[in-house]
Amino acid sequence: MVAGMYARVAVWWTILRIALEERLVYRGDFALGTLMRFLPIVTQLFLWWAIFESIRDTRGVAAGEPVELAGFRYTDMVAYYLLVMVARAFSSMPGLASGIALQIRNGEIKKYLVQPVDLLGFLLLNRVAHKLAYYSVALGPFALVFFLCRDYFQTGWLDAGTIAAFIASLVMSFLLGYFLEAAIGLVGFWFLEVSSLLFVYMLLSFFLSGHMFPLDLLGEPWRTLVEVLPLQYLAYFPAAVFLKKVTGPALVQGLCLQAAWLLFFIFLSRWLFHRGVRRYSGFGG
Amino acid sequence: MGVIEVRGLAKSYRVYQKREGLLASLRGLFHREYREVRAVRGIDLTVDQGEFVAFLGPNGAGKTTTLKLLSGVISPSGGSATVLGHVPWKRENAYRRRFALVMGQKNQLWWDLPAQESFRLHQQIYRIEPEAFQRSLRELTELLGVGRLLAQPVRELSLGERMKMELTAALLHSPDVLFLDEPTIGLDVVAQHNIQQFLKFYQEKRQITILLTSHYMKDVAALCKRVVIIAQGAIKYDGSLSGILDRFSGHKVITLLFAEDQPVEDLERFGTLLEIQPPKARLRVPRGEVARILAAILSRHTIADVAVEDPPLEEVIAEMFSQVDVESPPGESAAAGLQHR
Repeated sequence: MVAGMYARVAVWWTILRIALEERLVYRGDFALGTLMRFLPIVTQLFLWWAIFESIRDTRGVAAGEPVELAGFRYTDMVAYYLLVMVARAFSSMPGLASGIALQIRNGEIKKYLVQPVDLLGFLLLNRVAHKLAYYSVALGPFALVFFLCRDYFQTGWLDAGTIAAFIASLVMSFLLGYFLEAAIGLVGFWFLEVSSLLFVYMLLSFFLSGHMFPLDLLGEPWRTLVEVLPLQYLAYFPAAVFLKKVTGPALVQGLCLQAAWLLFFIFLSRWLFHRGVRRYSGFGG
Repeated sequence: MGVIEVRGLAKSYRVYQKREGLLASLRGLFHREYREVRAVRGIDLTVDQGEFVAFLGPNGAGKTTTLKLLSGVISPSGGSATVLGHVPWKRENAYRRRFALVMGQKNQLWWDLPAQESFRLHQQIYRIEPEAFQRSLRELTELLGVGRLLAQPVRELSLGERMKMELTAALLHSPDVLFLDEPTIGLDVVAQHNIQQFLKFYQEKRQITILLTSHYMKDVAALCKRVVIIAQGAIKYDGSLSGILDRFSGHKVITLLFAEDQPVEDLERFGTLLEIQPPKARLRVPRGEVARILAAILSRHTIADVAVEDPPLEEVIAEMFSQVDVESPPGESAAAGLQHR
């Protein structure tokens, strides 16, 4: 029992280590890609600054007074975007779904069927390696940006409970993002090409995960829609936890719902894999 | 009981049929026609431990489909199979640790990393003891002569070197059964020969069971005592390589070297004239009449040298395959070749 567990951990560790090494092969691309992540947020912050200023003009708010939009002041908005950037650094899975579908189409997936290794576990460890490599490089710039923007965080120092909830929501957002995209990729067993499905997902995710704007800005029926979808747990929810927009029983409920969605997608991707392999015809020689 | 037991194994695919043109593509959005392709049609096969068996057959005959079924990549439409006592398509780890599949056109190694990293991963996923791992790795890399390439990224290896690394990776866990799908495809003669020599040596030493598909008759002649010919998803022949000639070729080839510059005419009446370049000529004659015809020729001409040979195996098999194609109903011959779309 213990030996089996030890062997399993050794496998995980080796996969993780090798994936990490592979990640570091293309140093230039990797470093550039990491730093480029910071660019879009700058344009978004300028955009919101312009929006808040125009609201100030229309409402005739005095220069020193804060302007609020659905409970967000400009400083909250900056803090929100920085936190969403952190959340998405956990939950986004570039190339995962399309990669799985491609491997199904060109037959590379065979290697996971022949070898005593679990595809979903293997790819998960790969993603962990991607993320670790990413954070090790991005930690510096992230820390610098957060330090420069420290005045935008009005919440002050967080209590241990909120920090724990924030970390839990981030970890779950990573896993949820992984299993959700893996499930989309595994649809490739039926349709071979999943790029349209992926496009729809990306589009929905862009607007309804809180990536583009805080979900508090949405009116009905969108608000209800967002509540019943899992997308908000990929970006909005961790940020809202940090900013204490969600507290008390609502926080507990939110974490439970996030965990429930996570379990659902773990189950769904397992089921899709199981069913998909049964109808798989082993394309490509 | 054999290591591999196959009974009535069958696999059918449903293949989307698209007519030519844009209009047909649009129609295909709403209504699709499918055709059932029976890639493997109920084959029976028993392979004993230590056998080295070749699967021969034209493209799309069902060879690769059979290997995929036996390695558990796909599930059958009917019939049963056990390999080492396991049902392959259940994909139990206990089975997956005991066999390996090498496909000549597929890469299992990490493309951007040196092969030794992939080997290290195999050590873990196949749970190979460190000592056994080092021993296997040393043995395999020495036999294949790739020791110095271990630290080089796989993408920078030549095709031949990469295939050697693939074989090393596949054999590290000392599998009892090895499936080889076109292991020498695209390799030059020297690399082909190296890999043949290696497989021959390794198989004889370890007495593992190997199933090989190849289009290179040299691979087959060098390695396999037993040959299974598959065409249209069914087994057409199962026996020794030389038995193919006895069964499918009713002819022998007589090569004659005439002694003096004499007119080499009227040879047609002895058999089919394959080639004539005085003073040399090649004749194809019915097997049972070799002695009579040779005696008749010798009595009429002065012959400096004579050779009686079997026709080249490739020719016999090609002829056999072409007969199969003629016999098959239209649209069926390409069987599994159509599954890609």
